[in-house]
This record gives sequence, C-alpha cells and structure tokens, in this order.
Amino acid sequence: MDWGAIIENTTRGLIGEQFIYFGLAALGLNIHFGYTGLLNLGQAVFMAAGAYGLSMSVVTLGLNFWWGLLLGVIVFPLILAAIMGVPTLRLRADYLAIVTIAASEMFRIVARSPSLDRWTGSSDGLTGFATTFYDLSPYDKQERYFFDLFIGNQMWVVTVGWIALVIVILISLLLMKSPWGRVLKAIREDEDAARSLGKNAYWYKMQALMIGGVFGAMGGMLRAIGTQSAQPQNFITDVTFFAWVALILGGAAKVLGPIAGAAVLYAILSFTDVALRQGVDNGHIPEWLMTGTQVGQVRFMLIGLGLILLAAFRPQGIFGNKEEMALDDR
Amino acid sequence: MTAESIPVAPALAGVPWEPGASKPDVILTASGVRRTFGGLTAVDVDHLEVQRGVITALIGPNGAGKTTFFNLLTNFDKPDTGSRNFEGRDLDGVAAHRVANLGMVRTFQLTKALSKMTVIENMLLGATGQAGEKLSRSLFPPMWRGQERANTERADELLARFKLDHMREEFAGTLSGGQRKLLEMARALMVEPTMVMLDEPMAGVNPALKQSLLDHVKGLRDDGMTVLFVEHDMDMVQEISDWVVVMAEGRIIAEGPPASIGQNQAVVDAYLGSHHDSALDLEADL
Amino acid sequence: MGERVVSGVSRRARSGAVGALVAAAAAAVISLLAISSPAAAQDDNGEIKGSLSAKDAEGTKFPVPDVVFIISDESGNEVATGSTNEEGDWSVSVPVGTYSVLLDVSTLPAGVDLRNPDKNPAQVVIDTPGKSKGALFPLGEAAVSEVTAIEWVQLLVDGLKLGLLLAMCSIGLSLIYGTTGLTNFAHGEMVTFGAMMAFLFHVTGVFGWQSSLIVAALFVIVITGLAGGLFNQFVWRPLRRRGVSLIAALVVSIGFSIFLRYVMLYRFGGRAGFYRDYRIQEKWDFVWFTIAPKDIVIMVLSVLILLGVGSALQFTRIGKAMRAVSDNRDLAESSGIDVERVIRWVWVSGSALAGLGGVMFGVTESIGWEMGFRTLLLMFAGVTLGGLGTAYGALFGSIIVGLFIQMSTLVIPTDMKNVGALVMLVVILLVRPQGLLGRKDRIG
Repeated sequence: MDWGAIIENTTRGLIGEQFIYFGLAALGLNIHFGYTGLLNLGQAVFMAAGAYGLSMSVVTLGLNFWWGLLLGVIVFPLILAAIMGVPTLRLRADYLAIVTIAASEMFRIVARSPSLDRWTGSSDGLTGFATTFYDLSPYDKQERYFFDLFIGNQMWVVTVGWIALVIVILISLLLMKSPWGRVLKAIREDEDAARSLGKNAYWYKMQALMIGGVFGAMGGMLRAIGTQSAQPQNFITDVTFFAWVALILGGAAKVLGPIAGAAVLYAILSFTDVALRQGVDNGHIPEWLMTGTQVGQVRFMLIGLGLILLAAFRPQGIFGNKEEMALDDR
Repeated sequence: MTAESIPVAPALAGVPWEPGASKPDVILTASGVRRTFGGLTAVDVDHLEVQRGVITALIGPNGAGKTTFFNLLTNFDKPDTGSRNFEGRDLDGVAAHRVANLGMVRTFQLTKALSKMTVIENMLLGATGQAGEKLSRSLFPPMWRGQERANTERADELLARFKLDHMREEFAGTLSGGQRKLLEMARALMVEPTMVMLDEPMAGVNPALKQSLLDHVKGLRDDGMTVLFVEHDMDMVQEISDWVVVMAEGRIIAEGPPASIGQNQAVVDAYLGSHHDSALDLEADL
Repeated sequence: MGERVVSGVSRRARSGAVGALVAAAAAAVISLLAISSPAAAQDDNGEIKGSLSAKDAEGTKFPVPDVVFIISDESGNEVATGSTNEEGDWSVSVPVGTYSVLLDVSTLPAGVDLRNPDKNPAQVVIDTPGKSKGALFPLGEAAVSEVTAIEWVQLLVDGLKLGLLLAMCSIGLSLIYGTTGLTNFAHGEMVTFGAMMAFLFHVTGVFGWQSSLIVAALFVIVITGLAGGLFNQFVWRPLRRRGVSLIAALVVSIGFSIFLRYVMLYRFGGRAGFYRDYRIQEKWDFVWFTIAPKDIVIMVLSVLILLGVGSALQFTRIGKAMRAVSDNRDLAESSGIDVERVIRWVWVSGSALAGLGGVMFGVTESIGWEMGFRTLLLMFAGVTLGGLGTAYGALFGSIIVGLFIQMSTLVIPTDMKNVGALVMLVVILLVRPQGLLGRKDRIG
C-alpha cells in the first residue's frame, strides 16, 4: 500500500477543488433542506445551471466571461428555482422531491442529446470558456504551491473557491441569525403556525430555494472552471446525493456542519477509493470480486448505505443536536 | 331562571336570542357558508355575525362542524359557497397568512408552540411588520436591530404578564403542555391583533392552570380585543363568554347569552337526543 | 409523544437496524452469487467487429450508431453483445470458437434496413487467439412495407404498449403511497430486479440450468413479491413503528435506490442485456403500423393482468380493503380493517407487478442496471397525473403518459422523448396537482 499517495490524495480531497464544489453544493442544500425542510433532490441541476450558464454564454452565445458569470450564478438558477418551485411549494414536500429528480433526469437527457449538440456540446460538453479566469491568476502556472499539493492554475481555483466558500458561509450565518432565518426555521417545523402569524410560507420557501440554488450554481461553475469543461457526466443525480450525505452527516441546520460533513465524507470516499484501487491493482483483492472499474461503484453503494443508516438511525449527524436535526420526528 | 334575570353584556343588550341575529357592532360575518367533504355536508351556516369587543363561544356536540366552521372563519379553509367578511374585508381569495396582517390571529387545538425554537424566538416570530424578515434587509443587521430590540422589549413584557419570563431561553419543546398554551397565546398577542380566535384553548390543560388561562382570556377582552373560541369545556363557556353560538349537524341552532343556552330546547335535543324534557344542566355533565 | 424521540439505540431501533442491514446484505449477497456481467474481456481472445453505415436521401453516407449485435455460441447461448458507436463501429472480444452474429433489427433507426435480411445472423469463426474478423451487414433503404405505415398510428400503438407496462409497474407505487404515505423512490429498482432475476434464470442459468422466459417470469413474480414483502417486514414496518417521519423514510428509500442500483451495476455490468427467447422477430404488418408478435403478446397479457388487478381491487375483500386504506387510513382502521395486513399485501402484489413489468420491459426493450430508475420518473408522471394514492388513477395516468411520450416524438427528437413526461409532470402540478382522480386534501 502506497500510504504516501493515499494521504496526499486524501488531503487534496479535504481542502482542494473537489471539496469546494461539494461544499458549496452542500451549503446550498443546507439552506434548502437543513433550514427550510425542502426536499431538493436536484442540486446537481443547479450546479449544472452554473456550469452551463457560464460555458454556453461564452462558447455558444459568444458573450464575455463576466456576462457568463452573471447568467450562470444568478439568472439561470433563479429561473430554474421558479420553474421547480412554483408548481410544488404549495404542495406536500414529496412533490418538490419528485420534480427535482425529474429535472435532473431532464437535464441528463437534454444535455446529452445529439440533436442539441450545437448548443450544449452534448456528451462531450463545452470547453474553452475560462481563459479570462486563468488570465487573472496571480500564481505562476508552473510552480507548485501549498506543500506542493497544487499547481499554479489549480491553486488559483482553490483560492477563489475558498473565498467563495467563506463568503457563502458568512451569508448563511447572517441570514440564519436574522429575523428572516427565524421565519424559515418556523416554516420548517410547522408551516401552519408560521402562517397563523402572518408569514407567507410559500414565498419564504421560494426564496430559500433560490438562494440555495445560487450557492449550488457557484459550486457548479467553479467545477467547470476548475476542470475547464462543462460536461453532462459531471452533473449526474448522484452528485446531489453526495451533498445530501455530507449534509446529514455533518448535522443539518448548522452552518459549519455541512462543511465538516463534506470533509469527512470526502475523506472517507477518497480513502476507500484509493485503498480499493490499490488493492485491486496489486492483487490483494481478487479479480472475481472486484475489477478496477467497479471500484467507483463501491463509492456509490456507500453513499446509498450512508443515507439509509443516517436517515433511519442518526438523522442529527455527527455534530447536530436533537433539537436541530433536519429529519425530525414529524 | 326567568328570561328577565339572565344577565347580558351591555353591548349585546337587545340582541334577539336567535341564530343569525344581527349585532350592533360587527367585526366578523359569515353568510351562506357551505362546506362539503365528498357528499357529507360538514357546515351549512345561513348567517352569523360576531360582535366586536366581546367574548363569543362556539359550542356544539361532537361532529357538529365547529372545527370546520372555525377553520373557515379563520381562512384556513375555503368554503364551497358563501362569503366571510372580516372588518369589512371579504376573505374570499385572501391567502391564509394574510388574515393575520388584517388583524385576526388564531391558535391551534394541538398547540403549535415551535418546540425547536426558544420561547423568546417564538415570541419574536409573532411580531408583524419586521424589516428583518425581508431577505434584502436581513443581510444588514443595522437595518433591523432597532426593531428587534423594540420587539424584544414587548415580548419580555408579555412573557412577564403570562409568567413565562423565566423560561425565556428554553426551547419551547421543554415547556409543559399548559405553558405551551400560554406561550401560544402570548405569541398571538405579539401580532397586536384585533381579533383572537382560540381553538379549544382548554384542551389538555390541567385544572390548576385553567383559572390562569381564563383570566388571560378575559384580559384580552378587557384590552379591547374581540375573542371567539371553540370549546367543549362548559365551565369556561359559562364563566367567561358574553355570547354563545351553538352548532349541530353543521347548522347554527341557537344563539344567546350563556345562561340562556341551557334552557334552549333545540340545544338540549342536540346534545342529548330529542327525548329529554328537562332543561340541561350544562355546568354539571358536559 | 415521548416515545417518538428516540434516544440512544432502543431495542426496536436495533431490530430495525438488523432489518435494514439484513435486507441490504441479502440483496448484495444474492446478486454477488447470481448475476454475472455479459462480456468479460481477456487477452488471448479474438475479436469480431464491423462498421455500419447507410446512405440518406441525397446519397450521402452516414454512420449508424446504437445498433446492437448479439453474438451467440453454437448452442445458442449468448456470449457477448456490442453496439455501434458514434462512428458506426462496433467490436466484441470473444474466445476461440464458432459464433453466430445477429444484428438486432429493432435497434435500427427508422428508414434503415438490412439489404440482405436472410444473411442475418451471420456466421463467424475465430480459429486462433488474437484473430480479428469482420462481420458485414450492408444497409439500405427501408423495406417497402414500412412506407405504408402511418407515423402517428405507429406511435399510438407504441405509446399504448409503453403505457400498459408503466401502468403495471406503477400501481404498486401509487398504493404504497396511499396506504403508508411513503413516496417509494426505490420502486424502480424492483422493476430492474425483476428483469434481472429473469435474466438470471433464463440466460445466465442457475447451476447450469436455463429456463424458458415464461418459466423465468413465473419465478420473478414469486421472487419479487417475496422481496417486497420482506422489504416491508424488515425495513418499512419497523421504521413505521418507530415513528420515523415520512421525510426520513423518503430519504431511506432514496438511499436504497442508490445502493440497489449500484449493486446491480456492480454485478450486471453497464451494458444492455437481452433475453434469449423472442429476441429477433420480424414485425407483422398491419398496414397502418407494424408490430412484433412479442409486443402484441405483451400488450394482451398486460391488459389481461390489469383487468384482473382492477377486478380484484373492485370485487375482492382484500382489494376493497386496499382501496379503503389507500383512500382514508383512519376511517378504514376504525371500520375494522387490519391495516398492517393490507399494507403487507400492497407491498407483495405491487412488487410482483413491478417485477413482472420489468420482465416485460426486458422483452420489448432491454435489461440494464438503470432501467427501473429511468422508468421511475415516467411512473411518477403517470401516478401524479392519475392521482397519487389511487389505483385506477395510476392505471389511467400511466397509459396517458405512455401515449404522450411516444406521440411527442412527432415534434421532438426521439432521444428526448422522456422529457415530455417530465414537462407533463410540471404542468399537472401547476394546473391540477391532485391529478385526475386524486383528492385535494392529500396534497397539502
């Protein structure tokens, strides 16, 4: 076992780009589910909105990077939230779940469709939209930074990502400690009670959906910038469930919980991934039991298992307390 | 008791003791209100006027449709036909949450004290017109700190009045059932309503707390608010209500001052079936 | 009230824990031992390959992607499948031997047909390791009979078939919601499980014995029904008794959906599988539309089954009880119905129907690890349209969704046809969220 590689990968996982993307998505989901009780199973689509909003604006429509930024982070996610929220936020929570998962599926079909290749790049996706971003980088493209973990361009992405993360955390904190956040907490626990006190539950839920969606879009856009491509396979439904497990694990309804959850989850998954892969490569794990390609599937099995066990037995996660868990005894 | 010796609140003097009777100063009316659930008619009320500034009780045997009617009056449900009017405003088409902004607040039979929030948070939730509740302002604390402080002062006063001030920082979930009822009432007052609708306020309250609750309800009227409550507890009805409305099988069968209700034959029939001749001693049995 | 706040791991929680772990472990073990993935590559194999192209109306040559080839050995057992990629190329790796290479004409795009249909399947011999042989399948214009088919009638028939299958699968989904309030996101996996279990008995074989598809289907009905019952007994019932909220239960079902899907991917592999029986059939020409005999049989069978289910719901005691509990649980309970028993039956019968639906989907289309999940979304559309919690609603809603999806290809590209169902979902929720037959008070 090459422990050095395992540790390096895990550390990179804990603080690097991957973690930032999922952290932002998880923070968005925290607003949705942790604070408001919205069952958004389509956070991946919000992330895609950010990625494709930027890339399509630049590549397909020929706009400049800053317009793309605006479209991707603000306009697209807001429209998406409206489309999904207007029909469902007045109904039972299950309906938002159904519509958001339908939206993920719809995205998958539309983004991969060869018929729309001119617009979306279909399965290959779009590239070449992030030059402006990298031109702004103060880091030397050839140098390695931060204990030699990140090369120049990567370091720039990580830097911007962490700044974004901190801003999002600050906004979340401000929101939650404000009267607005208080109304949201009330709605999550009992909509009728909030309504009897004059609060428009539907509108608050919509605002929460939009804000969480914007956070997710930020994560998606950063991912596209970091990988310099916007591809459908980066935004599959299961990406959302990563964020969910991170959320529940870290304890929803607290702001730092999702970050901690994302970190722990990513560490577990990175570790398992690398360990299993090495085990397969040097024969410790026999071929009939697991091949190289199947290693990636184990991670999803763990996600599924994680959701089952957490939801059934420890909904408050590692850090949460019983009063503030997302999945409450209703 | 004779008709002459039955006491009537001054505001309601001269009002005939009949269903649908017209009141001198009306705050809430319901006309031609019908609500059916798959073939079953739950509510069928021709006319009801609620007098401002008094305590009105809505009673009736089980299945009379009181709760359904209550939900219709508080706009938590929409009737199939008919109109409801609050302070001159037609409630049709008004969203459930807007009613509170118009001045009507309601409580729930199964108390909805938000147990995952603290007592003071519950109270602050009740305040209306909070700038900090708007998304745009919420991100800038200076824009709402002042209001928050003023609301907190008001909340603390109310908590003191309801003797809940020592539980200020506790999660509402840790309060006893009776304390939660008080909290819900105190929270409702934060709305500064003109009308308070109480849904079985005495349900599940231990006898020791009853008197305290009754006094608080009377206090609401004394402060100028109108109160309407649904109840099974006849003690409460007799003790504090100024006017009683009796429902049975979805219709209003009687109205009048509390002392007159026990002698009303229609009411007796509704509660006990139509085989009893003697007047009902409502204080004892029900 | 106090019981619902579970502190620590109580005994009931532990039984629920054991239940969930047993269910998950059982699923993993069964699939680990049973299903094997279609093709396994090895280094001393030979290769069979080819390239498909056709000419369009102007005579320009274009590659034909997504056409499926099945390679069977001399005993008729399928050993590999391949499909053409974007460039029209395909290849499979096979050990030394004699093979029959079959082009699945149902995967050919409209308007394209084999020029020499009697040379399908073709024989290919790999006599030495490492040998690479090509299989030639010239393509040309569609056969004359297709010209008389009217497109919308064809799509109507296809839509009806899809709708009937969806209806069979979705009745369980709707009734589970109606009786327990659970939106079961793992229902699609029951469809996949059914299709794969049939694959196990029919293609892979158990201890060397392969059954016919019909026998396999019968096994599937029993197995999936049993699986549904066990699922309810060891997972959902303990969770219900612990008072776990519906939202937590929904998340648990999502977790199961992911877990089961990836277990099935793990063992079955990512490529599409096909049953042996009724694979290649020539379509019958009914002037306005063409249809393969297997599709007719499936449609007739599903109609009969749905009629049977409908009558059972209408006339038998358990059927009436199911409808009563699904409609109003408290009322049903107070009139003496054993609700837990009804729920058990809903899970068993709903899962059996879903499993059978999976087999049927496998016959008309193909078997894959995600087939159930893709169908789930269509089922949701159908059930929401018809009314979540009603049985007849699921039926009608699914048929309408099936028709809508197929007919929508008149205006939108075929590969995006499922989007139509999802758009329909959003529209229904905007206009009439309780669906055609549902009740308004159930939707919040």
